[in-house]
Amino acid sequence: MNATAETSVTATTAPPEDRIPFVEEIKNLLYASKGNPISTCIQCGTCSATCPVASGGFMDNSPRRIIALIRSGFKEQVLKSNTFWYCASCYQCTVRCPRGIDIAELMYGLKRFTVWRTEHQEGLIGPTFSETFVKMIMRTGRSYEPVLATTYLFTYGLPEMILEAQTATSLMLKGRLPLLPARIKRLENFKRMIRHIIPLGDKE
Amino acid sequence: MKKYAYFPGCSLEKMAHSYHMSALETTRALGIELKELEDWNCCGATAYFHVDELLAFTLCARNLAMAEKEKLDLVAPCSGCYKNMYFTREHLKHDAGLAEHINEALSEDNLHYAGTSSVRHLIEVFVQDVGFDAIKAKVIKPLKGLRVAPYYGCQILRPRKAKEDVEQPRFFEDLISAIGAEPVDYLLRLSCCSGALIITNRRAALSMVRNLLECAVRSKAAIIATACPLCQVNLECYQKQVNREFGTDLNVPVVYFTQLVGLALGIPPKRLGIGSELVAVMPAIADAIESEPALTK
Repeated sequence: MNATAETSVTATTAPPEDRIPFVEEIKNLLYASKGNPISTCIQCGTCSATCPVASGGFMDNSPRRIIALIRSGFKEQVLKSNTFWYCASCYQCTVRCPRGIDIAELMYGLKRFTVWRTEHQEGLIGPTFSETFVKMIMRTGRSYEPVLATTYLFTYGLPEMILEAQTATSLMLKGRLPLLPARIKRLENFKRMIRHIIPLGDKE
Repeated sequence: MKKYAYFPGCSLEKMAHSYHMSALETTRALGIELKELEDWNCCGATAYFHVDELLAFTLCARNLAMAEKEKLDLVAPCSGCYKNMYFTREHLKHDAGLAEHINEALSEDNLHYAGTSSVRHLIEVFVQDVGFDAIKAKVIKPLKGLRVAPYYGCQILRPRKAKEDVEQPRFFEDLISAIGAEPVDYLLRLSCCSGALIITNRRAALSMVRNLLECAVRSKAAIIATACPLCQVNLECYQKQVNREFGTDLNVPVVYFTQLVGLALGIPPKRLGIGSELVAVMPAIADAIESEPALTK
């Protein structure tokens, strides 16, 4: 019964210009997921109750609701939601889902979907942070905290900025912040390896 | 002497240098050799998986292939690195097409991964490979009376790897008992430290850190033990900001499990990186490490 209700809803609400229904698009994103498809969700809400971010009231749509919205074809609402960008990847929902759906991987899939289409909610730090991080690794092969700070610091108000600067200063004094970025030795090979996966065009 | 390819990960270079120091000191004392993987690269953290999965797998696979070349299993002290590399290995094992594609990319660096090297978390090496009895046998300064809150966090346990119990693990408590300290039971021991949300959603992150710290303190923990650099930084370095935000008065030290094991093995605090924390550790451990020699003499 669940399945018939779902197909009929998807068929009537999916915009006609879409080649494939939204729920199928999302399914295709989930390579790493070993879980069952979201069509098996029974909307019990265990994911939302167990999520430390949703239960703290920080998500505009709970994980349970996101699944319902995907299945009903509310693409716009899903993509503009902060839910997946506020997922901390704790996998509590994944291990507790009684239907064995890999919900945390679904959140990763939605992040990628909105990064590729640059259709995410305005004002989120997550997408910019992730893109900066990726570019940094492509350049050096290693992470370097001070570069990352620029992606979020300027979105803060003055009091938060000062607090963050104080924390950074304390860490610096304890020798816990790197002054120079590290880089791997076989960087040229590394960059060629990356271009094998994503053809980036010009060499840097 | 058992030997592993050691993958420190970016955090251990600086931010979590005390974890690096104490990992090397304690494993040496326990008869294990950690050989740092030469020219290792970032595992991709969570950010890479937000942008491109295939590229993230490739980054992890390069490290796996280098460990395999050395004919060693790979050990990661960071739960994030561990999770990424563990599951990359799983995907490559079960998807020949993916493995072929990634191996083509790896050949640019003259590498190939066949899937023989496995991935371990550092705490697994202590708990499973060394074992509690062997650790107990080497303890010369049991940390008597020290109330430690074992903090598992997320990615050591989750996602589930096979059919193991991810709801009621006991290995961290048992490790703390093995070094003579007292494990504290508290509700949020498996909850999330907020991970990268500390950057991408400060308000949510500080509230999660607050809940965790208050829960541990209410159970009268004198100190929190972690097995991940991100957990350590979130729980320790953001305490001041939590206090400012919520008007709390939290001041609980957060250390790596290797630092506590090291103290129990009689390694001087300085060599375990104790002194580089923002919430002082010495006041909490002074009694446990100083009273002991007097008791045994």
